[in-house]
Amino acid sequence: MASQRDKKLVVIQLSGGNDCLDTVVPYNNGLYYDFRPTVHIAPDAVLPINDHFGFHPSMGAIKNLWDEGKVAIINGIGYPNPNRSHFRSLDIWHTAEPDKIGTEGWLGRVIRELDPKGENVLTGINFGRGLPRALGLRGVPVASVGNLDTYGLFPDLQDEALKQSALATFTKMYGGAAGRDVVFDYLGQTGADVLKGADVLRQAPAQYASTVSYPDNPVAHNLKAIAQVLLADIGTRIYYTTHASFDTHSGELPTHAQLWEHVDSSVGSFMDDLKLHDRLDDTVIYIFSEFGRRVRDNGSGSDHGSGGVAFVIGDSVQGGMYGEYPSLEEKDQLEGDLHFNNDFRCTYATLLEQWMGLESAPIVNGHFEQFDFLKPAAA
Amino acid sequence: MSNQDFALLAHLMRRAGFGATRDELEAYAAQGYTATVDELLNPGDPEVMPDDIIRRYHVDQSELRQLDGAGANWLYRMITTKCPLEEKIALFWHGLFATGYSKLNQARALLNQIDMFRNHGLGRFDNLLVELSKDPAMLLWLDNTDNHNGAINENYGRELLELFSMGIGNYTEDDIKECSRAFTGWTLGNAEYMAVRASKDSIWPYSRIAWHFQFRDWDHDDGEKTFLGETGNFNGEDIIGIIARQQATARFVCTRLFQFFAADEVDGDSKQVIEAMMQSYFDSGYEIRAVLRTLFLSDYFTSEEARYARVKGPVELLVGAIRQAGSYRSPTLGVHQLAYQGFFMGQGLLQPPSVEGWHEGMEWIDSGSLVERVNFVAQELSSLDKPGVRAIIDRLAGENGGTLTPGQLVDQCLDLLGPVAVEDDTRTALVDFAAAGGGALNLSGHQPGDDAEQRVSNVLRVIASTREYQLA
Repeated sequence: MASQRDKKLVVIQLSGGNDCLDTVVPYNNGLYYDFRPTVHIAPDAVLPINDHFGFHPSMGAIKNLWDEGKVAIINGIGYPNPNRSHFRSLDIWHTAEPDKIGTEGWLGRVIRELDPKGENVLTGINFGRGLPRALGLRGVPVASVGNLDTYGLFPDLQDEALKQSALATFTKMYGGAAGRDVVFDYLGQTGADVLKGADVLRQAPAQYASTVSYPDNPVAHNLKAIAQVLLADIGTRIYYTTHASFDTHSGELPTHAQLWEHVDSSVGSFMDDLKLHDRLDDTVIYIFSEFGRRVRDNGSGSDHGSGGVAFVIGDSVQGGMYGEYPSLEEKDQLEGDLHFNNDFRCTYATLLEQWMGLESAPIVNGHFEQFDFLKPAAA
Repeated sequence: MSNQDFALLAHLMRRAGFGATRDELEAYAAQGYTATVDELLNPGDPEVMPDDIIRRYHVDQSELRQLDGAGANWLYRMITTKCPLEEKIALFWHGLFATGYSKLNQARALLNQIDMFRNHGLGRFDNLLVELSKDPAMLLWLDNTDNHNGAINENYGRELLELFSMGIGNYTEDDIKECSRAFTGWTLGNAEYMAVRASKDSIWPYSRIAWHFQFRDWDHDDGEKTFLGETGNFNGEDIIGIIARQQATARFVCTRLFQFFAADEVDGDSKQVIEAMMQSYFDSGYEIRAVLRTLFLSDYFTSEEARYARVKGPVELLVGAIRQAGSYRSPTLGVHQLAYQGFFMGQGLLQPPSVEGWHEGMEWIDSGSLVERVNFVAQELSSLDKPGVRAIIDRLAGENGGTLTPGQLVDQCLDLLGPVAVEDDTRTALVDFAAAGGGALNLSGHQPGDDAEQRVSNVLRVIASTREYQLA
């Protein structure tokens, strides 16, 4: 079981392709308004970062964290030969493998490093249904928690006595017939793992007490569940959740504003919650999307692009702008998209080496230059 | 009809189909095992819901070019077909010739490929490989659209030999190159444009466009080639002809069929069956139908040894439980959620993790997928409003004047859900559970949803959550 002071990583995936131009807005750049006659944020609406850039107006909480020096903005993040398919591009981010089709999730590899014998079935948890490929790796158990309050077997059973009776029967059945064959034994062991994981997880909401209130939206529910599990100290190191859909081909302005309002307010509550419990020092949040969007808007939204933006947030972060904000000059664009200038695996490597204390090369498939967005003492 | 007959037919139907209800088993039993095997191997009218009805009632399947609607469409067909082996063999080839949405962004092309598997999947293996080599989804998936005269792209040529027909170690790197040369010019109509559209995942400006095969003779390398020791001006069909007659191909294909239809693990006893399947492969002129007939009629397959020797794949588990429960037989809102359900369990139809397909057997199971698997089947098979569950209750009510001891209740439910054979430990736990719900159960005068029915529902739920039910 990991100790309380082990470093934890919370990953928030913005599925669909977040429009980085409307997230970290180059509000002093005339080209932005030229290319974005419709889908832009007005200069007086942004939350200024400096004289050139400002946050989307929905990002008030992140702006406050920025002012406290807790937000690293990684501009121009991407990978060579960008793929504009959601699925393929997500696979690339998930497997850290842009050139061929990878099958091992980078965080699956992290979990294997952290818990090589699979002793804690809750070392990595996805908060949502199904397993993102980032967490998928053969032989590495990862829980997917759709709803922390009902997680486990028979969530549809309302009658608590009946549920306990069914679970007791499940325990007996999966514990019996030992030695019949390898598959049967493995199923039995996995069934036991499920029950153990569910039992441990069930304690988390029960132990949790907080005066912080979270907003009512899906990513907030998941971040609250993450806080509950994190504060329960059950050895979970990797927390993953997804918010969607940032695929704003049309009607982008209101949709994008609402999506960021959800993410921003949830992150704000989550950080408040950690602060209240004096636990800001062992957690870092990493927010990413599979790609940015086309420089030129389509009159209502924007289409799939390449280079994007990522954020790393936490007390251990050295706030600032990292990477280079990509040029909007037509000659500098890549087929109408922002040109990436730093490989996402640089960010992965930084988080792995400087935060999780792991050797990054085998996890991200190579050696990548690291950023200095974490405070030196953090490692 | 003896319980042994039902048990054998239930085994056959779990493998060659998606399980069977008791009514279906009775019909199969009336015609006998061999006749049932032959009926499965020679599919007639699947009696599935016609496309126009699906289109009328299912907005969720109106856009078959997108993943969830397309996945649901195929699941629907598996759930409703009268020819289950036609779908099962398509699922087998989908796992072996694994083609995925991620690179194509065109699920309609994948559904067309699945349809091709239905049409050719039980026929001659060489014909199937020719169809596969012309399949638009495959052409883009493995980059044969980039395989040009004088500038080969080996991706398809390599996987054709390694993953689709012979397996590694039976050919050289030179064979791959020569094979790839033979498939130059096998491409899509308007290939360059289509490739760009697929990679950009763009529906603008013309939406997603249907793809079709095109042979460009001017881009085909018609020169002399030496492949597996034979020399000639081979085209793709010639290469496939050579592949099909290799011993290694027969062994590869028969072994994969064995693992999908008979047992996850190939052990000593199964070698003999695989040899017999290989003999049928050659005797029949590479007919998959003949190979499977040999398997299904073999002593090995019909013996106890082959029972429960496979972990159900997520789609098998999902479709099997739904067919047993009798749901989704008519247009049902929310059916597209089923496609997600398979994904939650680790098998998203039309989106295999890579060209290697899914890792099957024990690898289907981890703590996350087991929760999804158990919860889905437990809920499906305990829902008292499902026609299949009602049919089970009606049959139970007809036994012993409707009065059942806990032991009888468990045994009857196990029988009607399969028969499912369970370990003694499992049965003991089930009977204890049934007994805890009250003594003898009296179903006479039962009303939908009353306490008596609820007790049956509870027992069905717990049986569905057994390890045994996770196996095929």
